[in-house]
Amino acid sequence: MAHDEAGLTEESVLQEIESRKWQLKKRFSGDTIFRGMTVLFAFSVLAILLVMVAGMCRESLPAFAKFGWRFVTGRDWDAVQGSFGALPFIWGSVISSIFALLLATPLSVGTAVFITEIAPKKVGGVVASLVELLAAIPSVIYGLWGVLIMAPWLQQTVEPFLADHLGFLPFFSGAPYGVSMLAAIIILMIMVVPIITSITKEIILAVPQSQKEAAIALGATRWEMIRIAVLPYGKSGILGSVILGLGRAIGETMAVTMVIGNTPQISLSLLAPGYTMPSVIANEFAEASSNLHSAALMEIGLILLVVTLVINVLARLLIWSVTRGERRGSAL
Amino acid sequence: MTGLAWRKGKSAAMTLLLAMFTLAVLIPLVLIFVHIIKMGFSSINFDFFVQIPKPTGETGGGMANGLAGSAMLILLSSLLGIPVGIFGAIYLSEYGGGRFSDLIRFSADVLSGIPSIITGMVAYTLLVVPMKGFSALAGAFALALIMIPIVLRTTEEQLKLVPGTLREASLALGVPLWRTTLKVTLRSALTGVMTGILLAIARIAGETAPLLFTALGNQFWSKSLTEPIAAMPLQIFSFAISPYDDWHRLAWAGALVLVTIMFGLSLAARYFGRSRKYNS
Repeated sequence: MAHDEAGLTEESVLQEIESRKWQLKKRFSGDTIFRGMTVLFAFSVLAILLVMVAGMCRESLPAFAKFGWRFVTGRDWDAVQGSFGALPFIWGSVISSIFALLLATPLSVGTAVFITEIAPKKVGGVVASLVELLAAIPSVIYGLWGVLIMAPWLQQTVEPFLADHLGFLPFFSGAPYGVSMLAAIIILMIMVVPIITSITKEIILAVPQSQKEAAIALGATRWEMIRIAVLPYGKSGILGSVILGLGRAIGETMAVTMVIGNTPQISLSLLAPGYTMPSVIANEFAEASSNLHSAALMEIGLILLVVTLVINVLARLLIWSVTRGERRGSAL
Repeated sequence: MTGLAWRKGKSAAMTLLLAMFTLAVLIPLVLIFVHIIKMGFSSINFDFFVQIPKPTGETGGGMANGLAGSAMLILLSSLLGIPVGIFGAIYLSEYGGGRFSDLIRFSADVLSGIPSIITGMVAYTLLVVPMKGFSALAGAFALALIMIPIVLRTTEEQLKLVPGTLREASLALGVPLWRTTLKVTLRSALTGVMTGILLAIARIAGETAPLLFTALGNQFWSKSLTEPIAAMPLQIFSFAISPYDDWHRLAWAGALVLVTIMFGLSLAARYFGRSRKYNS
């Protein structure tokens, strides 16, 4: 290329500019495209969430238009008659999750405290990884174990015992079926324990050493140290982990479907079969008999989605409030 | 009997109580493992890996189509889930930093807490209805939605651990930012990223609920990706709730194989996780 001053014409200058532009473009286009791709993929995460909520709203519209708010108070679920009320499922989800959490919380927090504050380091490590194993088992395998091993045991041993000794209470009346609300509560308890334990463990580890030393220096025993210095400090974080466990319990599908008995009824007795929101979706959605039927199932799904969204947001905020100061990133 | 002795006694009693709680947590774990191993080993045989399920009433048969189907679903969902997760993570760790990044992170955390059956319903609406049929593709899409937040968050954590000086050295040599990110930053974090991917695969390998009305399951071999496809967890589910002993037997064998695969994956993940720490 000749850079002779005399040879400069308008045309050659323009050509030169074009070629330099092209070079610049070639150099930076890789970065631009790459950056664009990363933005796109990052944005897709938000998009998925929005599409989920919008899609579920749209699909459940026919059911909402027909039943309005009666949908959540109605007790009648009849696909043949086209009458849909979700109360038995909401009841089943609430009862099974709440009782599972009531049982799981003391066990999990106790285990987390044991792992971090009491057990020798090696023992604690082994227990912690065993609990992690518990979390890795797929829910269908909990269900398999629940329906083939636990339910028969409940039917033959535990439920007759409860009915004999506590049968005067409405909670333990009726025939022992094995597959029952009680079975769902126990299986859910086993499944949420690892979640609450592992997060609570992280939270206890985030309690400043100086807090604990201060308690010991004042003459506290080990339990007093745990009660005065450890648990109050992690209070909101532990609450967060329990709420996260609640979210898991409410959304748990397979294991519960396999052991709860799938009967849409509202019974005070824990020995009676029940039904939950995810279970009815799992059982009926693929074979929904009419548009209204699938819209009703979609609306149950929407309720489930909104409840778990609220629960998760709340739980994350609580957990962050404790762990953020100590270490970067979430405990999960 | 108040005072020190009382307080020490109380402390000892509480210690004992906490130890018993821990024991109570571990008992079901041990029981589940004992049963899976006992029932699984007595049920498993060579046929399990090479035959498809026999019709009701006939004994024998296996889960070969379920194994292959699960492998196919995992492969397909990885093709979508891994790139989206990794590129999203690159944005968060290399470019982001503002409100938008926080929003993405928050969405990913919230997304990973959504019940997997909802993911299945969404995949049904987006793919099964327009394609007019249950398919392997829809199943893989549902699983990919579960993978994305896991891969995204673990990859981001790993990328953030790569020292800035490495990036600067590469940029100073005139390597464009995008090549630096792929060849230096991502490369250095590779073992950690692999850990996240393996954990995500282990998670979706056992997922059943999102496949119920997307992949649907299949008693036979599927011939194309637009057909319903069998998957291990789906087969375990339908065999477990069936009234036949022979199918229960297959379900236990399937559970043993599935758990073995998943633990293999998480052991591999730990191996990768460990070697990363060793390097840095």
